[in-house]
Amino acid sequence: MENVRLIEVKEEIMADNNQVAAGVRERLRNTKTMLLNLMSSPGSGKTSLILRTVEGLKGNVKLGVIEADIDSTVDAEKVAACGIPAIQLRTGGFCHLDATMVTQGIDALAAKELDLIIIENVGNLVCPAEFDTGAHKNVMILSVPEGDDKPLKYPLMFTICDVLLVNKIDYLSLSDFDMTTLRKRVLTLNPNIKIIEVSCKTGAGIEDWIAWLKKEVDEFK
Amino acid sequence: MHELPITESILKIVLAHAEKNDVRQVVTIHLQVGKLSDLEDEWIQRYFDYLSKGTIAQGAELKIERTPIMLQCNACAASYPVEIANLSDSACPVCGQKDSKLISGREYYIKNMEVQ
Repeated sequence: MENVRLIEVKEEIMADNNQVAAGVRERLRNTKTMLLNLMSSPGSGKTSLILRTVEGLKGNVKLGVIEADIDSTVDAEKVAACGIPAIQLRTGGFCHLDATMVTQGIDALAAKELDLIIIENVGNLVCPAEFDTGAHKNVMILSVPEGDDKPLKYPLMFTICDVLLVNKIDYLSLSDFDMTTLRKRVLTLNPNIKIIEVSCKTGAGIEDWIAWLKKEVDEFK
Repeated sequence: MHELPITESILKIVLAHAEKNDVRQVVTIHLQVGKLSDLEDEWIQRYFDYLSKGTIAQGAELKIERTPIMLQCNACAASYPVEIANLSDSACPVCGQKDSKLISGREYYIKNMEVQ
């Protein structure tokens, strides 16, 4: 039998995507457009948060949205109805966006001279965490009905985000969700994450979110 | 489901190295994947078997070493492993402080491969 030899490979598996993502970040740095990647489970309130954000930034920040949906245009239609440029990427069953798909969305929005582009990623706490989209900031939503144990089940997502929005706090009194335990779990994985409690329904906490976002966009210019 | 594009990347990198090194057959591929990742070893192998058909990597075995989730204490710089189940009461075993940073657990790396 032929001898087996060992070849050193020493390569990042995600190198291709990471390279495209770095290009996206640099390109948007040059046009002074901040890219924000918004991730969460389905139904935790991504579209509602975007609608609240559109309202909160009105008149101050030129905003565009890249929507990822498996096979519909429902979310993009809701956003476009507010007069915001929205591009729908049909991911056709894909469980996440990668930097190449995001590039298509940015190309489609490119002429608009935007201050901020929000990516509404595919509703999923697993796959989107693995793929760098080229965003300058990663933000996730965890909604109260999902439970305070999600950092134990989807730890990677919590490690890559700059902000965790805990949405649907109007449900807290109906649930055994423990905010203190959640904070401890999340901060162990990611001590730098900013945790903001909000309710897209009542508007509670939304001004804290808008204040953070506006400051980031201003500093990016 | 993201195992598919990841497996495509693995195969692409493996074949590029095989070509450079005049390889006839790839036997084993050693990967390092952090414990924070949700990749299923079994599915990666299945996808790999499917994608590598007709290439010199056909039949290669993927061996995945799972690197532990490690924190480093910001107070005394000691590093220590953490289990996901105990996240809410993890503290530095040396000085007891809770202020730490993640230093390992997110790896996605091809180390080396055995070839003929």
